[in-house]
Amino acid sequence: MADKVWVYIDHSDGKAYPSSWEALGAGLILAEDLGGGVTAVVAGAKVKDVAEQAIQHGADEVLVAEDALLADYRAEAYASTLSQLAKQNQPEAILFPTTTRGREIAAMAAVDLNAGVMPDAVGLEVKNGGVEVTRPVYAGKLLSKAVSKARPQMITLRVRAYAAPEPDASRSGKITPVSISLNEAELPTKVIGYNQAEAGVSLTDAGVIVSGGRGVSNNPSLTPPAGMDEKQAEIWRAQQGFKMIGELAEVLGAAVGASRAAVDAGYIPYEHQVGQTGKVVAPNLYIACGISGAIQHQAGMRTSKMIVAINKDPEAPVFKMARFGVVGDLHTIVPALTEAFRKRLGR
Amino acid sequence: MKSVVCVKLVPSSDAKVVVEDGQVTWGDAPLVINPWDEYAVETAVRQQETLGGDVTVVSIGGENARDALKHALAMGCTQAILIADPALAGADSLSTARVLAAAIRKVGDVDAAFFGRQAIDGDVGVTAAQTARLLGWPSLTLVSTISQLDPGAKTIRVERSVEEGRQIVEGKLPAVVSVVKDIGEPRYPSFMGIRKASKADIPTWRLSDLGLQAPEPLVTWPEMINPPKREILTEIITGNSPQEIAEKLVDRILEEKVL
Repeated sequence: MADKVWVYIDHSDGKAYPSSWEALGAGLILAEDLGGGVTAVVAGAKVKDVAEQAIQHGADEVLVAEDALLADYRAEAYASTLSQLAKQNQPEAILFPTTTRGREIAAMAAVDLNAGVMPDAVGLEVKNGGVEVTRPVYAGKLLSKAVSKARPQMITLRVRAYAAPEPDASRSGKITPVSISLNEAELPTKVIGYNQAEAGVSLTDAGVIVSGGRGVSNNPSLTPPAGMDEKQAEIWRAQQGFKMIGELAEVLGAAVGASRAAVDAGYIPYEHQVGQTGKVVAPNLYIACGISGAIQHQAGMRTSKMIVAINKDPEAPVFKMARFGVVGDLHTIVPALTEAFRKRLGR
Repeated sequence: MKSVVCVKLVPSSDAKVVVEDGQVTWGDAPLVINPWDEYAVETAVRQQETLGGDVTVVSIGGENARDALKHALAMGCTQAILIADPALAGADSLSTARVLAAAIRKVGDVDAAFFGRQAIDGDVGVTAAQTARLLGWPSLTLVSTISQLDPGAKTIRVERSVEEGRQIVEGKLPAVVSVVKDIGEPRYPSFMGIRKASKADIPTWRLSDLGLQAPEPLVTWPEMINPPKREILTEIITGNSPQEIAEKLVDRILEEKVL
């Protein structure tokens, strides 16, 4: 019989997102208080490998729903799969990584199960037999406690809030294939394909992020190609600046972030935006280059373990959040920093 | 093309939100239309400009939610409806989605319902998907491009902004669509639009108008707290050259073992 605590393992084409293992880590902690082990749920077309990895990461049982109709991610099919399994087995809580799919599957399965959803949890505590969730609201300006009186309690975990357990290849567990009822005629969407994202480290999973702001475009020593108007020249300068930031990121194995000002000015695509209306990140190290640190930006990165700020303006609010600051021109500091890290890290 | 767009009134993103004596307060910061919802309004208005038809903007809230509705009207929505009922205080996401689904049904013959990706107060971000599920419509969330929308053929093709890149999805209409920033910068309300909006008659629907009972929220928020203050001692690194500064900085970062 399946456990009280379930963890939904999100993956893309049979490759699990690291945040799925973090959710499994949180599930193991929860199971200590709620009793029993942890059951992982894996759905897709070919997911045996993911199921085995779930065992290695600490799951006692894995419910494996394999179906050709799950080959492409479609919210409706995945939500139906999960809600069918939950109706049969009545778990107390289902944890998800806060991926776009995790949030959506939790939301839609909650409708089927008449259950409550509590996304973006950064803390879990068992109280009166239920789970009290701590989650940021107002972009982290406040924390809210949340509880659901319905079961299962649907909780998505914010990336990097819980540690992923170390995998143990010698661990054994039960892999249970389950059958679910899906019907193509009842699925209202078809996936046509993907336009791949540009290569690089994903912002939300990154342990280190190097971010650029408006200041990235102010390099007077660069001469833009002839024939550009003022705006084109500014964007060209900013792109050279982001190349430089990209080089530092590469040496550190880091993702590249940006402030809203840089995105709005057209320097870099929106996918890179960190902040209240962009991505919320919590890396070990966040290097802010030419970012003043407006409150909207702070909301997206304030929980980083260490913030380093490089800015010309000594009054920039970002320095108040920074462990280390450099008051100076990022166009000379950043390349020097890339070189210094390259030497010290032997990369 | 007949569409509905759902908007919410929230404290503006630069508000300093704190808990004082157990109450959430944002001082004198203004309440504004949720910034994500402006993108949804922009999307709905653009579709109307291309395909004709009308856009109904809907908001759940108190009397002050009329400000969000008027902003959407000034941007070009055709009509607005306020859903206000004392029984909706403390509504959770599922109750909210039930009310919106009922309102969308009551508007009738809707081809698409547009949402922002999340409201910047509660940051729950599940209302669009839950409303779609309740209506039994395709849930097309985090849409960055609508490449094709044909109310006659009842089809829609979108690109969704997800972890793997852009997922290209085709669905049947009617559909629920939540949008992200890439969909296109929201317009500023025009002077004429603002004048029209200020004179608009905005009806109020109660739960009884939607055939709904008072919801019993499943999720409750027993407590709001200020995040623990982080005591940060900032150390400014100085030196005679960028190289010297960089080397000192690297030393200090490596000493703290964050890498």
